[in-house]
Amino acid sequence: MAYLDAASTEPLHPAAREALLAALDVGWADPARLYGSARRARLLLDQARAEIAEVLGARPDELSFTTSGTQAVHLGVLGALQGRRRAGRHLVVSAVEHSSVLHAAGVHEGAGGSVQTVGVALSGRVDLPAFAGAVAAEGVAAAALQTANHEVGTLQPVAEAAEACRAAGVPLVVDAAQSAGRLPIPPGWSVLAASAHKWGGPAGVGVLAVRKGTRWRSPYPEDERELRRVPGYENVPAVVAAAAALRARAAESAAENARLSALVDRIRAEVPRRVPDVEVIGDPVDRLPHLVTFSCLYVDGEALLTELDKAGFAVSSGSSCTASTLRPSHVLEAMGVLTHGNVRVSLPRGIPEDDVDRFLTVLPDIVRRVRQRLGVQ
Amino acid sequence: MIWRKKSPEPPAEAPAPVVVPPAALTIDALGRKCPIPIIMLAERVGEVPVGAVISVLADDPAAFTDIPAWCRLKSHQHVESYELPQGGWAIHVRRQY
Repeated sequence: MAYLDAASTEPLHPAAREALLAALDVGWADPARLYGSARRARLLLDQARAEIAEVLGARPDELSFTTSGTQAVHLGVLGALQGRRRAGRHLVVSAVEHSSVLHAAGVHEGAGGSVQTVGVALSGRVDLPAFAGAVAAEGVAAAALQTANHEVGTLQPVAEAAEACRAAGVPLVVDAAQSAGRLPIPPGWSVLAASAHKWGGPAGVGVLAVRKGTRWRSPYPEDERELRRVPGYENVPAVVAAAAALRARAAESAAENARLSALVDRIRAEVPRRVPDVEVIGDPVDRLPHLVTFSCLYVDGEALLTELDKAGFAVSSGSSCTASTLRPSHVLEAMGVLTHGNVRVSLPRGIPEDDVDRFLTVLPDIVRRVRQRLGVQ
Repeated sequence: MIWRKKSPEPPAEAPAPVVVPPAALTIDALGRKCPIPIIMLAERVGEVPVGAVISVLADDPAAFTDIPAWCRLKSHQHVESYELPQGGWAIHVRRQY
């Protein structure tokens, strides 16, 4: 099976596996206690915190571990809103944020707050002047913008948006789940969220960083864990493994990014050359190194995924027929691009070039067969 | 709760009845899932003269985005999408060549 779905989850990095096994033996005790094994766990936890903070460009005391990237986003968005309750009840988000941001926004709306969604260009890049205008309005409590889109790979102008937020005195919540460990975190965030399993760490570790001086208040009941930002017992071995993966990724990223990006360029060029009536989606240049999305006209996404699975390729899709909601992806809708026949290819670290070539070889015939079944010539 | 862009949702306040302008050809794709409405449109776009308007009736939410996207890819013109009182849209497309 060729695994082309790294954006859903990156396979566990060998360095993380090794660290996890070692930490299960020595890092199991309660890091909040004072005896030897507990102090050892505390040491491991704080060392991992310092390492991850360094790679992400945060201070160790700004960074807390959550149980997932989704939890980090929920806490980040709702905590920023809660901390700025007196300043206003208005939240500004881009239309292509991850569902965890939009669902947090939905909770805020349900609690009487208001949400403004800023649109994006055909490339998926947020309309920066509109975003800057929206955050400058009266009563804005917080804004949220992703570093890179999880479905189409387009990078967002986070540094520029952060500058607009700074000028307006509005905290910016940055969802870095898709880019952390691959690209440097852009400057200017007030709250940062990321997810370890996206960079090759284990599942069950998210990162929430709150910049010094940012007003942030947990929407949860009080708990003394994780600098009082995240409730619940820490998973020290998983956090240690997450740090090992991030450190390894950061060391590899220059060479591996260039290799993956060249493979993505090949897919972007070859798919429309080999398959008629295809739209390659997302910004061709300002994009994640490992992710590309395209839509095939007159094809249903589910059939395409099933056929690719049979041929030994794991990919994902934003088409409605592949979603539990039977709605097309809100990202593709907001961009105004074709939502049916959609395929997202995201390359894991170390993928053999041959996997990509075989994908490009089998794709044209699979698309032709699916079209034939639908009566398209 | 799923959070979507507003346009495919019916407006909250009762709108004035929309008058859908006449079209040279109407394709009834109500109840059909994407990509079927687009396949029907692509098959029949040649049946009207250049410059004439085809009305595609569709209620699959994907069609609301995909028919204008098809127009952009195929260099036809998406004229307008009108909400239908029973749900769905009349999506008007002008043949350009």
